[in-house]
Amino acid sequence: MSKHALWIKNGRIIDPAARRDETGDLFAVDGSIRKSLTPAQKKSAEVIDANGLVVCPGLVDIHVHLREPGQTHKETIATGTRAAAAGGFTTVVCMPNTSPPADNAGTIQYILDTIKRDALVNVLPTGCITEKMEGKHLAPIGSLKRAGVIAITDDGLCVQNNEIMRRAVEYANMFDLLVMDHCQDAALTENAVMNEGDWSLRLGLKGWPGAAEDVIVSRNVILSTLTGARIHCQHISSANAVDIIRRAKQRGVRISAEVCPHHLALTDACLKTYDTHFKMNPPLRTEEDRRAIIEGIKDGTLDCIATDHAPHTDYEKDQEFDYAPFGIIGLETALAVSLEVLFHSGEMSLSETLGLLTRKPSTVVGIDRGTLRTGAPADITLFDPDEAWEVDPARFFSQSCNSPWNYKSLKGRVKTTLVGGEIVFNRGNVVR
Amino acid sequence: MSWTKTHLVGIEDLTLDELETIFRVTTSFKGILTRTVKKVPALRGKTVVNLFLEPSTRTRVAFEMAAKRLSADVVSVMGSASSIVKGETLRDTALNIQALNADIIVIRHTAAGAPAYLSRISSIPIINAGDGAHEHPTQALLDCFTMREHLGDLKGRKVTILGDILFSRVARSNLWALTKLGAEVTVAGPSTLVPSAFKHFGVTVCHDLKTALADADAVMLLRIQHERQAVAHFPSLGEYTSMFGLNKTRASWLKPDAIIMHPGPINRGVEIDSDLADSSRSVILQQVTNGIATRMAVLYLCSGGTPEALGETSDE
Repeated sequence: MSKHALWIKNGRIIDPAARRDETGDLFAVDGSIRKSLTPAQKKSAEVIDANGLVVCPGLVDIHVHLREPGQTHKETIATGTRAAAAGGFTTVVCMPNTSPPADNAGTIQYILDTIKRDALVNVLPTGCITEKMEGKHLAPIGSLKRAGVIAITDDGLCVQNNEIMRRAVEYANMFDLLVMDHCQDAALTENAVMNEGDWSLRLGLKGWPGAAEDVIVSRNVILSTLTGARIHCQHISSANAVDIIRRAKQRGVRISAEVCPHHLALTDACLKTYDTHFKMNPPLRTEEDRRAIIEGIKDGTLDCIATDHAPHTDYEKDQEFDYAPFGIIGLETALAVSLEVLFHSGEMSLSETLGLLTRKPSTVVGIDRGTLRTGAPADITLFDPDEAWEVDPARFFSQSCNSPWNYKSLKGRVKTTLVGGEIVFNRGNVVR
Repeated sequence: MSWTKTHLVGIEDLTLDELETIFRVTTSFKGILTRTVKKVPALRGKTVVNLFLEPSTRTRVAFEMAAKRLSADVVSVMGSASSIVKGETLRDTALNIQALNADIIVIRHTAAGAPAYLSRISSIPIINAGDGAHEHPTQALLDCFTMREHLGDLKGRKVTILGDILFSRVARSNLWALTKLGAEVTVAGPSTLVPSAFKHFGVTVCHDLKTALADADAVMLLRIQHERQAVAHFPSLGEYTSMFGLNKTRASWLKPDAIIMHPGPINRGVEIDSDLADSSRSVILQQVTNGIATRMAVLYLCSGGTPEALGETSDE
């Protein structure tokens, strides 16, 4: 890395991890945050004017699908990390449901090599819990850990067999390796495409009860209690699940959970025109569920926000609702949507909202990022919390444009993103 | 009375005024069907494509006959013989049919929402002939038309829909039509096939057959759709028949002049006793006959015909 000093001037510096919220300057040298610059460094420093902008730790997303290897028609590590940079994210955790699945050290090495060559932001890979994500035999979890995975998950599928799940968390805990679980009972959701409720009845689509999530969240609470290992519940969407996690945490059970911006912002009523941009797994649920997860995030029951960025091509999404794949992209809209639902609405302070996208996800996966403390990596995001912009699907940096916010107006826009003190995104452009 | 819609996707979107317009036009066309020359030139020179991506006998034949009675050319495309099996998307299939200069597409599809999706893509009228468990609008129109022939105004009349409501597009379309027409609708059957949330749509949910049938003016039976049920929603067909099948004793709970309806296909001995299906109270075959005039009315209105112009046409 080139020896260089960075001077971000006159911004509103918010570092939730340090309870810092003040207008001032931020400094970095050689990719890490410094308390100050020497006069010589100041003279040669790259200066960024942050007047009127919020300067916060680079955002951290612990749930993205970069689709490489094997599904590069949807997204690549190159395009996905450009989308991340444009959305203010400096660290992303990628899911292992690639083709082939990342269930062995060789595939992880391939992913790490590609990250080194192509990634614009920090990417931390995860590995599978079971071979081929089939839920039958444990993947080589120790080898995956040694190869460099940050966690294991069969995301997209949920390990149905309780014995296998029990052994997975017990075994992974030996390496202090986090198990993340996509909480979905398969039998309760066979052929289901949306939340079960008034809207599924009205639309004649096969419903997916919140109970399918609640049953597995309960299972995870019980297995965490049994094994002493922590289990992270991915993308919580049901009110009952929030309640189950809240009670478990009160008893000291080692369980954590994330929530997606779309579950905070939207409900199953959005499906009334069968628009497949509202088809995701877990499905959008009711207003009651939406309110419950907002309460859950406010009281700390739910630990952080994660996007579940899930790119699919336009022709894959442009089908009959039953046939279209689940998932939406989220990296480039997550900050604005989170600000709208939590901050602009008055539910939380700006600092609290940013904590959910910086320090808290870092804590969940045990990485030393998401803060602007002296010595921390100079991963920094500058944004205007009040700037309104229209989401233009033609202008996503992601290779796909399957967003429910296409053509909608959002408030809060990323201006500049820095990774390790280097600008990777600035005023609408990525650096390479 | 007016008609401004291009597509017929569902009954839920229709106003009471639009329903009345369809019934009025249906009545006119029904008169034509009793003549020696059962044909009018209303759609002469136009082409109707029946795109049936799910098996159907009654509905497809009725649409074909309706189009022919209106002097349209008709082409029927079956799912198994279409390019869909070669991997063509529904969008491309529909755009190709349009490029072949078709004037109307009638679609039957296993996926709910497929006609709504096509209606946003297509520049020619899309008529829903049944989409998954969503709607089957022309079935509800012919059902209500038949009920009105027997019962007159449906306001305040008690209509019970009995059977597999959860998976039934016929039930949903009838529920919207009947409530708009002012009928008191009860949906009945086993709790696993009649979720209580249906009560949010302005109907009564009932799992006690005697209560459901008591004083009903019409009972509409629905087939148990094995093919849509991922796992058993009830123990066995035998148990269904013993708990909810309509037999002579249970039919006596209805009003004396009540009618028995069924959209077909009937499973004799399962949801209805064979004798009852053939009895004088059964209007099942009249429903089928009314299906032609109803579909003529829908094809006519969606292709731009007006009720006023029809007066002249039918006098030709």
